[in-house]
Amino acid sequence: MATDYESHTYDVIVIGAGGAGLRAAIEAHQRGLRTALVCKSLLGKAHTVMAEGGVAAAMGHVYAEDNWKVHFRDTMRGGKYLNNWRMAQLHAQEAPDRVFELEAWGALFDRTPDGRITQRDFGGHRYARLAHVGDRTGLEMIRTLQQKAVSLDIDVFMECKILQLLSDTDGRVSGAVGYWRPSGEFITFSAKAVVLATGSIGKSWQFTSNSWESTGDGHAMAIWAGADVIEMESVQFHPTGMVWPLSVRGLLVTEGVRGDGGVLRNSEGSRFMFDYVAPMFRAETAETEEEADRWYDDHTDNRRTPDLLPRDEVARAINTEVKAGRGTPHGGVYLDIASRRPAEYIRRRLPSMYHQFMELAGVDITTTAMEVGPTCHYMMGGVRVDGDTEAATVPGLFAAGEVAGGMHGANRLGGNSLSDLLVFGRRAGLGAADYAEARSGVPTLQDAEVETVIARSLEPLGREQGENPYEVHRDLQETMQTLVGIIRKGPELEKALVKLGELSARVDNLSVSGGRAYNPGWNLATDLPAMLTTSTAVAQGALARKESRGGHTREDYPDADPELGKVNFVQHQRDHRGPGQPIDIGPEPIPEMPPELRELLEEGH
Amino acid sequence: MPDCSLRVWRGDQDGGAFADYTLASQEGEVVLDVIHRIQATEAPDLACRWNCKAGKCGSCSAEINGRPGLLCMTRMDTLPEGPVTVAPMRAFPILRDLVTDVSFNYEVAKTVPPFAPPPAPPEGYRMQQIDIERSQEFRKCIECFLCQDVCHVVRDHEENKTTYAGPRFFIRFAELEMHPLDTNDRRELLHHKAGLGMCNITKCCTEVCPEHIKITDNAIIPLKERVVDASFDPVGWLGRKIRRRTKLTPEQAAAGRPEQITTVWETVPAPTAEPVVAGPRDGEDATETTAGSE
Repeated sequence: MATDYESHTYDVIVIGAGGAGLRAAIEAHQRGLRTALVCKSLLGKAHTVMAEGGVAAAMGHVYAEDNWKVHFRDTMRGGKYLNNWRMAQLHAQEAPDRVFELEAWGALFDRTPDGRITQRDFGGHRYARLAHVGDRTGLEMIRTLQQKAVSLDIDVFMECKILQLLSDTDGRVSGAVGYWRPSGEFITFSAKAVVLATGSIGKSWQFTSNSWESTGDGHAMAIWAGADVIEMESVQFHPTGMVWPLSVRGLLVTEGVRGDGGVLRNSEGSRFMFDYVAPMFRAETAETEEEADRWYDDHTDNRRTPDLLPRDEVARAINTEVKAGRGTPHGGVYLDIASRRPAEYIRRRLPSMYHQFMELAGVDITTTAMEVGPTCHYMMGGVRVDGDTEAATVPGLFAAGEVAGGMHGANRLGGNSLSDLLVFGRRAGLGAADYAEARSGVPTLQDAEVETVIARSLEPLGREQGENPYEVHRDLQETMQTLVGIIRKGPELEKALVKLGELSARVDNLSVSGGRAYNPGWNLATDLPAMLTTSTAVAQGALARKESRGGHTREDYPDADPELGKVNFVQHQRDHRGPGQPIDIGPEPIPEMPPELRELLEEGH
Repeated sequence: MPDCSLRVWRGDQDGGAFADYTLASQEGEVVLDVIHRIQATEAPDLACRWNCKAGKCGSCSAEINGRPGLLCMTRMDTLPEGPVTVAPMRAFPILRDLVTDVSFNYEVAKTVPPFAPPPAPPEGYRMQQIDIERSQEFRKCIECFLCQDVCHVVRDHEENKTTYAGPRFFIRFAELEMHPLDTNDRRELLHHKAGLGMCNITKCCTEVCPEHIKITDNAIIPLKERVVDASFDPVGWLGRKIRRRTKLTPEQAAAGRPEQITTVWETVPAPTAEPVVAGPRDGEDATETTAGSE
């Protein structure tokens, strides 16, 4: 028997209310379109809130030499040239305007002595480029956007989980179906355009800096709707997550610790990063501890400390040290700022890190070295979009932020995610608005499709004997952590795919107790299909890319392959779509970069 | 390690009771970890809101041994021995178990007049760090609503919610009022609609704030002073008779440097329903005062 559900009609719905979703909704609303913002948690709690370091924008406030061209080059180099160059270009060009716009909406960034927005140094950025508010930039951004959206009176559906996208009979994406978490009642949206802004996939790994929401809903829903996803193998492991206590393992320790003078040491006390400088970074990296230490005060006559190599390089080095038996008692390495900077300086520059370690680990970072290790942090891969409009490859669907792929290539630079949210959130809002305005009539949903999705989501509640969703989730995390982690091998990836197949069968046999109203067991059961689909795509991508590039490292193919540097691995479901269905994968050439952009990469590198 | 036990409130708007759970202790755990282990084993449907598990999102607010706090930042080994009581925030209606309906806060947020800066000059806004630090303190707020929960004006007085914004929104008002570029004046609203006068500065909000924002000292008291200036001060009373704008209009602010702006005086009719106005205090002679209130 069909379950009742409420129905809403909009021009544009935006799924996800982090930075990208809020920015997209604001733009579509300001264009005069009926816009709804739908999010799994309360408004203002999305993962953007956890961003610390800053938002990268070549405003040139600290170094007047900085401009979009340098930012573009840094981004492409950091991404090992797998980036969607059009996105990298638009991002570098438009990020300053998006930051100024936030300021006009109430954001209070830290200032230069002459009263402008100040900018901080970060890994991979040639100039100090990150606009920031202490180490809580993400909070400032999401609160500013949230307050702007509230002042515009945009309709917000909070704690509303979207299960699946819906299509009309012509195959255009035309809405979505989900449920209210507080009541468990179902809800459908009919919309001329849908923007995905659902963030990351990190909750499929055991040790991650991501919150519970990062279950890859948007990545999976796009695949199920027939859209292409690209570069799913490109997962960023941040080198410094907490490793102890176990309950907070994976929690982020900002790159700012190293930017402000902290260094990595192994259990023998050695600054091991000097042993891991890859040839492409040798010319710009200090060779001795003395030179590295001088660099903090004098960038001109000294080279950068190897502690601040790109994230992929540092994460691999830590992994190697621990495997070689030179790790800490809890399986990490030491991050030491206590012996190098005065206590007062540490508390002032890194207030939230100080409190995080003090309150959660009982460690005073002004007197004691931190224990850190790599943690699953960011998804570079995602929905394949048009750089200008953020349109996916199925009509009616748009994507922005972490759920979209291409912008960051094989490795993201710190600070480029917050600017990505603003630039492409706005563009997705515009793209969706243009599309919705051009689309005539009210999209019609197919009742049978709605009922199928609802019935499937309710199955675990009706099943007496079945799998516990928490156990399936734990086994999925263990599989991804051990077999599709920071260092990958062909046989292990094949094993992972077999295990993911087994887990997929277990997901079809979930059983949960209790009712539908605010039932976390049932909520997890409805998140798991998306986690399985995205995890499968990551493992398939990792198996297909037989090289090491950026965040993707293959022990059996340790070098970058120039030929593979010219292709994206594209995945999609064509004929049989939906959870558990096979996903096709194949390489497609990256479009040729126009000569005027190519010149920028070559100039003065 | 020894066992730990939690007494968790289970139920919904129709009622409920505490349920006891005993588990093996694990080193370094916070209360939220124990809740998660209960969910994964004994009670998969135990409702609890959480997101970041790092004290940054303000989702997992509850009352731990009767004290409002974040479940993710309260370590089990800092609590006294014996069962730990975990209850939902009392100031808000219960949805299920530890999850409350905090929509009151989202409704109040809609009533705050937004930031209204002058148009940006071509070279962008200029503000000094020292001038923005007051507002930056309030913008550390993670909206955990613990200050709202502990505030006795609404904690046991549901009826006050229609006329009282609460500490979270007093710091929001303060943040906007102290923003160097803002041109809105929210003092009348604070006085008459947001119920600022109902706060009697017991500082409970400051005590529970996980971001250590000095809500009472740095926001509420300065706001009260501003409202008093505008409403009760005898000079302010005179000022209302011959109104003087103390904030810039957007046009004025855009026009140039503050020192170039002349004060705008205009005569306004007396309001029909005059708010309570304090007269000159004993021993003071209002007629001797000639300057404006600022």
